[in-house]
Amino acid sequence: MNNKRSPFIFSVLAFGYAFLYIPLVSVIVYSFNDSRLATVWGGFSTRWYGELLRNDQVLDAALLSLRIAVTTATFATILGTMLGLVLARFGNFRGRTLLTGMITSPLVMPEVITGLSLLLLFVSLHGLFGWPATRGFSTITIAHITFAMAYVTVIVRSRLAAMDQSLEEAAMDLGCRPLRVVFDITIPLIAPAMISGWLLAFTLSLDDLVISSFVSGPGASTLPMLIFSKVRLGVTPDINALASIIILLVSLGVVAAWLVSRRMQKSLPSN
Amino acid sequence: MGQGRGMLWQWFAVAVPYAWLLVFFLAPFVIILKISLADPVIAQPPFTPFIDDQNNLAVTLENFRFLLSDRLYLLTYLNSVMMAGVATLLCLLLGFPMAYGIARSSPVQRNLLLLLVVLPFWISFLLRVYAWMGLLNNHGVINNVLMWLGVIDQPIQILYTNIAIYIGLVYSYLPFMILPLYASLERLDLDLLDAAQDLGATPRQAFWDVTWPLARPGVIAGCLLVFIPATGEYVIPFLLGGPESLMIGRVLFDEFFVNKDWPLASAVAIILLLLIVVPIVLLQRFQSAEDDGART
Repeated sequence: MNNKRSPFIFSVLAFGYAFLYIPLVSVIVYSFNDSRLATVWGGFSTRWYGELLRNDQVLDAALLSLRIAVTTATFATILGTMLGLVLARFGNFRGRTLLTGMITSPLVMPEVITGLSLLLLFVSLHGLFGWPATRGFSTITIAHITFAMAYVTVIVRSRLAAMDQSLEEAAMDLGCRPLRVVFDITIPLIAPAMISGWLLAFTLSLDDLVISSFVSGPGASTLPMLIFSKVRLGVTPDINALASIIILLVSLGVVAAWLVSRRMQKSLPSN
Repeated sequence: MGQGRGMLWQWFAVAVPYAWLLVFFLAPFVIILKISLADPVIAQPPFTPFIDDQNNLAVTLENFRFLLSDRLYLLTYLNSVMMAGVATLLCLLLGFPMAYGIARSSPVQRNLLLLLVVLPFWISFLLRVYAWMGLLNNHGVINNVLMWLGVIDQPIQILYTNIAIYIGLVYSYLPFMILPLYASLERLDLDLLDAAQDLGATPRQAFWDVTWPLARPGVIAGCLLVFIPATGEYVIPFLLGGPESLMIGRVLFDEFFVNKDWPLASAVAIILLLLIVVPIVLLQRFQSAEDDGART
């Protein structure tokens, strides 16, 4: 086996990872910068973190974003798991091509198109039925569920495709009803994929700026919308602090999830 | 599968998400098409109704005629496709050796290296683009380091130029390139490369005759996953590009939010959709072919 990496590959890897991580590290470093001019170093300070915690606008927006993200992730996981099962286990049925199209497209669709088209839908629905009366939590959540469920579907479906069907078949042969097979056998087996899907949907919802900007109404501002309105004119020190908190929290979460999943894989007999 | 009750829940499992996608994914495109055929008016909502007072169909192709005859819009479409294409190529040039290096590492290292590729993807996209504003600034880290090294005597303008947009695009979409590439390179059997070299192939021949054909599915998937969303990107050109940066996502956003011309914004979206529909269909064909391959 040729396990040595050539110097070329090694330098590209080093460059690539530096490229991925230098911006994140620099934001964290500058978040401790005392100077109001966010780009000039003025000594170490944690004052921007203090100002951030006293900023009600930021806290309200963060709370709204979290509420939307939890609701989105939960519904997207339910709908996405159903679709993953349908696509991986139901074989061919009428309308399958259209369905796979509606699952693949949201993954790559430019956000401006999704956002604009959903807003126009909500405006038309309002004209026809008087619903949604105001745009905000509900419209943003519906929009987020729609693109997040596509990601959940892909994760659940690929897990099901890689999975051995013999347990499900055995249960069926022993006279288990199909719906019980799903709840007693399939769902416990795909639970890790559903958790990954939930977390991904949660993150995607928490991150989304463009689609939320389109489908939100006056007064409802998610955290990315608030950040965007602050940074559109340049770098600001309190956003550096906020970004650092988010970077650290997410990194801790991802590394913890990684460690847990590694331990679980080790404790399982490898096949 | 089962009869009776079994059929009912199966029907339910298909129907509920299907209906959701029809209403909230497909129907909006029909509406966007409808509004792109209307005239803008100052009213609520700001476009003329599809059917006028005399019950006649009121459609106009004026928006499309305008877009297709206006040089600036054509240039913007062209420029968006070109910039997305160049960014895709840059992602491939950087991502391929990275994916190759990761796939060739020991299993422990490989897991860690993959985690480090995926980690930025979980951190807010907006904040990662924002991080570059601090780096590329005239008084930012990069200019300071270059001046300190004596490479330049005065700051060079990087932020608010197309170079900054390219950096932002490559940075944001690189994981989408590396992951599919890694997936196909990981399956590559090293014995094949050894065999090729034993039979007298130069490393270059071995690469083009063995590695590249096997990596091609990953290359195609990665390129499509980068190119399609990059074409309509809004945040990156807005935050990193100059005011005159010509990216269609940004034009659409402004047309809608600044000029409040909903019909024109819809027409801009329809033409953008037509530009990316071929790559989207390719991606879908390609992925269902991959799935069929995985199933057998």
